Amino acid sequence: MTWEPVIGLEIHVQLKTRTKMFCRCPVGFGARENTQTCPVCLAFPGALPVINRAAVEWTILLGLALGCDIAGHAVFSRKNYFYYDNPKGYQISQYDLPFCTNGKVLVPSDAGEREIGIVRAHLEEDAAKTVHVGGRAGRSQGADYSLVDFNRGGTPLVEIVTAPDIRAAEDAKRFLQLLRQTIVELGISDAEMEKGTLRVDANVSVRPAGSGELRTRTEIKNMNSFNYIARGIEAEVERQIAVWESGGAVQQETFDFDAASGTLSPRRAKEEADDYRYFPEPDLVPVEPSSELVERLRSELPELPAERIRRLERELDLERATVLVAGGLDRLWEETFAAGAEKVAAANVIANNLVGAGVDPGSVPAAELAKLVEARDRIPRAAFDEAIASLGDSDFSADPYLAQEAVSDTAALEPIVEAILAANPGQVTAFRNGKEGLLGFFVGQVMKETQGKANPRVVSELVRSKLA
Amino acid sequence: MGAVVDTLRLTAEDAKGLLERGEVSGAELREAYRGAIAERDGELHCFLRTVDDAGGGGVPIALKDVISTKGVETTAGSKILSGYVPVFDSTVAARVKAAGLPLLGKTNTDEFAMGSSTENSAFGPTRNPWDPERVPGGSGGGSSAAVTAGMTPWALGSDTGGSIKQPSALCGNVGLRPTYGTVSRYGIVAFASSLDQVGPIAKTVRDAALLYSIIAGRDPCDSTTAELPEAVRLPEGDSLEGVRIGVPKELNEAEGIEPGVAEAVGRALALAEELGADVAECSLPRSVRYGMPCYYLIAPAEASSNLARYDGVRYGPRTDGASYQEMVDRTRDDGFGDEPKRRIMLGTYALSAGYYDAFYGQAQRVRTLIIREHREAFERFDVLACPTSPTVAFRIGERAADPLAMYASDLLTIPSCLAGLPGLSIPCGLSEGLPVGLQLIGPQFGENMLFRAGHVLETALAFDTVPVRWRS
Repeated sequence: MTWEPVIGLEIHVQLKTRTKMFCRCPVGFGARENTQTCPVCLAFPGALPVINRAAVEWTILLGLALGCDIAGHAVFSRKNYFYYDNPKGYQISQYDLPFCTNGKVLVPSDAGEREIGIVRAHLEEDAAKTVHVGGRAGRSQGADYSLVDFNRGGTPLVEIVTAPDIRAAEDAKRFLQLLRQTIVELGISDAEMEKGTLRVDANVSVRPAGSGELRTRTEIKNMNSFNYIARGIEAEVERQIAVWESGGAVQQETFDFDAASGTLSPRRAKEEADDYRYFPEPDLVPVEPSSELVERLRSELPELPAERIRRLERELDLERATVLVAGGLDRLWEETFAAGAEKVAAANVIANNLVGAGVDPGSVPAAELAKLVEARDRIPRAAFDEAIASLGDSDFSADPYLAQEAVSDTAALEPIVEAILAANPGQVTAFRNGKEGLLGFFVGQVMKETQGKANPRVVSELVRSKLA
Repeated sequence: MGAVVDTLRLTAEDAKGLLERGEVSGAELREAYRGAIAERDGELHCFLRTVDDAGGGGVPIALKDVISTKGVETTAGSKILSGYVPVFDSTVAARVKAAGLPLLGKTNTDEFAMGSSTENSAFGPTRNPWDPERVPGGSGGGSSAAVTAGMTPWALGSDTGGSIKQPSALCGNVGLRPTYGTVSRYGIVAFASSLDQVGPIAKTVRDAALLYSIIAGRDPCDSTTAELPEAVRLPEGDSLEGVRIGVPKELNEAEGIEPGVAEAVGRALALAEELGADVAECSLPRSVRYGMPCYYLIAPAEASSNLARYDGVRYGPRTDGASYQEMVDRTRDDGFGDEPKRRIMLGTYALSAGYYDAFYGQAQRVRTLIIREHREAFERFDVLACPTSPTVAFRIGERAADPLAMYASDLLTIPSCLAGLPGLSIPCGLSEGLPVGLQLIGPQFGENMLFRAGHVLETALAFDTVPVRWRS
């Protein structure tokens, strides 16, 4: 039997508003513990929340980017539970009347476009950060004591819940890459997983391919990179398939993904079901976004990453298009292409050489880059690399680098090639026996010998002809 | 030399006049009240703590201990907040400070304002100035008794289901519960957020209006506040010509209203008619029948959530435990008295999955009906009138063991609280030698009408607010 994964994601995005969700404390990293706090976010008696309007607008903006309906009447509710990172004993969140519902995102994939439903996107406040000291590293169970930093407590947090529409770990990853890029381009969050400003939990189940049923699902938490998410989901899908195929049944539980071992470890099961006793937050009044506001925000939406991938796919393959868009590199590519560079070469240079050199794509003059792409085989490799690394300099010009012609004269290169082949008889035999990947080795040796001045294309042709 | 000040009779308005004319200094005035506290508070226990606040040259004031005061311990009458010193002023404390009113002290309250007798205070009960064997009402018994006993010219209380109006009735003074949203709740230790409202307690309606004008108005720190649609007017005149007073049958004939109370209220209404008011019977059937059960679902539900922050982690006393959970359990078990525990349990139940619709959800729908029923009544009337409390002050301990009998104290104040409407209690006579309160209920933002009607009636009734035992 073939099995089909059914995957839904729950994503938390910390907004980078100037101040917190319900008070005027600054939002930000790096301050000393518990210095960005006030009576409101420390839940002192009598302190009351006041809604951060910027956070509301950004949530609506994100909702629009996700194709959601925007509520005309949205309500904050209290989610009640005791925990030391939750000083009020309740988190102000949204329950039955969130800002954004019923959206969808089209994710380009190899099998055409996948539609992923957005059940809801709502606004809430983040919990404080806790550090558990002693005991099993990082866990509250068995810790000697726990430290709480309330600087993070009260940071605006958008929770996005997708429908269980994702059918492959790779699609989950691609969706998240595009979502992240959307969020970054909207300017509402840095959305960095390693900093925790973007957090993802995955709900996973499997079913016989083609059936419409929904089987028991499990939840995976603590995955802090897109690759780990894909690996975590894959591991869980395999585990569940094995459980079903051995005649067992998947139990509802929550796992932590351990990146080091690539394995899932179950969290301690709860003894009783959660009952958060939601009710409308009586300290706040409902928010009724006007249609003028929603239309203004809609008009501010930039062209979204998924649309841009579709546009780029007319010139490039999906993988290159995705890499460029998800990396925020597609505008530079389009300009470079427009300036006359060959499209695939331009994509490779931008995605590999430029990113590898750590150059900010926003500061690169496309016309100069186009010249470099065009001349990449003609000029010495060392000169090319240096030029790429300098592209972000304010007064960069490609011309001095273009003047350095690479050695393309076969008469000059032939003795060097022959010497290299003679010095590596083992590799020569292996190449002749079909190990063609060794071509790069020979070319590399020649480049080294010529201190990067040889034209690698010419060298490569020479090597081939000598070994043919 | 300053004039001799009789704090039992001096109104805040009179005191203001003495200060403005230089007949008495701010220090002398404060000294007079401190003297009264020293003389009578040993018996009555109105104050949880007094302060020597020389700031501001105005008429001094006392604040109920649910009102956060920067640098002055604020306990809400609970052990779980003993030793808690706020780092910020509540908006009302800041406003009275800005108006130059020095603080005399913080007054006793039922724990977290939960109660109708001030017996639920973790720091011992307050006694009624008219008869120290009796309760002053609650939860704001401390503020109310202090005003009657001349320990402060005026005070602030907080009212969730009657905690200003009912103690004013039992102590024979004037208490206003304002329209919900006209006075900031920022810095008020929360009981039930959708019902809590701060208001003045004073000897006269004019004093209450003056104090209300100081504290009322929108506060950017409290999203549920609104700007007053019209400025507060200090009431004048002696006529009720053109004022339509509705007398809701159910609020005047409810079971448990003492005959002496009904008589005093009846006389006041007859007097109102003589003064030119149109007095007619009306009906609020659902508000009275369902008000109480509705209130005892909504208020505990909100309280169960509002009181969750008292976990011993950030402030207040802590009882240690082997784990976080055990520490929180023990801290709350030791810190809360029986009444908060009872209401936390009630409220938690009312909000629980599977019960929400039947209890909290249903109560909210009933509340909407109560609001509508009141709104309809105010299409025909300017003011509704009834007793504030079904009974005069009862004996200390009499209802302490019977929560339902205690809850019945608020039967007549609760419906208009649920509707978010303003209510003014003024003394209208004695029954069995104890004060009876007349409750005047207004439409939303109808405070000026209440002040006018209350002032005219108060003048005509000429009730002596000084307890008989202290009259010379």
